[in-house]
Amino acid sequence: MKPPVFDYVAPESLDGALDALAEHGYDAKILSGGQSLIPLLNFRLAQPGILIDLNRIGGLDEIRLDESGNLRIGGMTRVGTLEREPLVAEHAPLLFETVPSIAHPQIRNRGTVGGSLAHADPSGELPVIAVASGAQLTLRSPKGERTVAAEDFFVGLMTTDLAMDEILVEVSLPPLPPRTGTAFVEIARRLGDYAQAGVAAVVTLGDDDRVADARLVYLSAGDIPMQAPRAVELLRAEGVSEAVIEKAARLAAAEEIEPSDDIHASAAFKRHLATVVTKRALAVAIERARS
Amino acid sequence: MSTIANQRISVKVNGETFESEVEPRLLLSDFLRHDLDLTGTHVGCEHGVCGACTVQLDGVPVRSCLLLAVQADGREVATVEGLAAGPDNLSPLQEAFREKHGLQCGFCTAGILMTMGPFLAENPDPSERQIREALSGNLCRCTGYQHIVDAVKLAGEKLYER
Ligand SMILES: Cc1cc2nc3c(=O)[nH]c(=O)nc-3n(C[C@H](O)[C@H](O)[C@H](O)COP(=O)(O)OP(=O)(O)OC[C@H]3O[C@@H](n4cnc5c(N)ncnc54)[C@H](O)[C@@H]3O)c2cc1C
Ligand code: FES
Ligand code: FES
Repeated sequence: MKPPVFDYVAPESLDGALDALAEHGYDAKILSGGQSLIPLLNFRLAQPGILIDLNRIGGLDEIRLDESGNLRIGGMTRVGTLEREPLVAEHAPLLFETVPSIAHPQIRNRGTVGGSLAHADPSGELPVIAVASGAQLTLRSPKGERTVAAEDFFVGLMTTDLAMDEILVEVSLPPLPPRTGTAFVEIARRLGDYAQAGVAAVVTLGDDDRVADARLVYLSAGDIPMQAPRAVELLRAEGVSEAVIEKAARLAAAEEIEPSDDIHASAAFKRHLATVVTKRALAVAIERARS
Repeated sequence: MSTIANQRISVKVNGETFESEVEPRLLLSDFLRHDLDLTGTHVGCEHGVCGACTVQLDGVPVRSCLLLAVQADGREVATVEGLAAGPDNLSPLQEAFREKHGLQCGFCTAGILMTMGPFLAENPDPSERQIREALSGNLCRCTGYQHIVDAVKLAGEKLYER
């Protein structure tokens, strides 16, 4: 189908975009990569009065390492840029490993990091990676800037902590602690399709080789990126033998995530897949933490 | 009726500059097909899934059904019409598709060609797996992909003289 009628502005500065957003409020939509918004317009699921295009604003797509070792990624960074950027490969291996699973090359060439996080699709990879990485998101409004932990940013189904007048301008990934391994595993019908199940695992081992800290964050498993604190507690208490990993995976899949039926898979099958991906991801993350 | 003003755009398509006045909501795919009569760019799904509408924006393969024509203002678009120098003078990539039977009905072909040119430039000697991954965003209902994979391999050889 064709999009409904709307007006369009493409400011050349962030302040210009913030002013336009403040002026039009809920009648406006930010346009970044358009890889989620334009389909919604084409289906007429969204009918904004005006689009505010961020693509003519320079400097919002920088990737840099700050003094504290945080990897800072501008909101307008194309997802496809991440897979070609050595800083990402070196300082954010979990993110780097995940990028090929996000949509298809042509979509990644256009889709942005900020747009993907703001869209907050529970089947999206980047929200999960942001939560698993302990990322901080920078939101800008005419009043100034504030920072929100990724964990607190996703508040409900495709709903975030972004206020009406705010634009997501940057995401910051902290450095991994020593002896930390990460892994991302997902199962989709075809590379780049939305996952039926997927998990990001981050495991930090103590000197005694026990689990000092860990995170398991799931996609396509509920309204927001879903965490499994009880499974993590089990790993911390009982170690990383195959039997414990099996137990933790079953616990997370059966009791901590909330997948729903869709045309591709039943909730029960998704829980089964979640067990499988958890076991695989934990085994790899632990192996990487050791080496 | 719409009270939204049209916007003036100037877009270079296959080397030629076009000036036009368009509604903000006009998709780039429709601008190419209806306003410029460049119907080689096909439209299948209009939500980013099928890949038939893939063109290059400043050399980068993108979905023209997920871009607005106004977004192409001041930029360069390449479509399938720009590939061959003439009817009897196909590009090496197109030659390879003909030789290896990389198409049947041809609906998907333009999008695949516009995707594979830049892919081969970045990966002149791709493995079959890399080719299949690069093809993941282009649906073909006819060929079963094998002949497309063969054609892309051959195109790599032709283009980079191995
Ligand atoms: C065929 C297809 C397959 C896909 N497969 C996947 C997949 O497997 N995994 C996946 O994660 N995604 C997938 N996507 C979605 C894709 O990754 C999108 O690029 C992404 O979800 C949105 O990013 P965008 O920059 O395109 O945002 P847009 O479409 O421009 O915007 C999305 C929403 O976020 C808002 N927004 C955008 N930027 C900002 C900002 N900086 N601040 C505040 N609000 C903002 C917009 O107003 C809009 O509501 C797929 C898309 C398609 C078409
Ligand atoms: S028509 Fe654009 S991807 Fe299908
Ligand atoms: S040749 Fe018919 S869809 Fe590909």
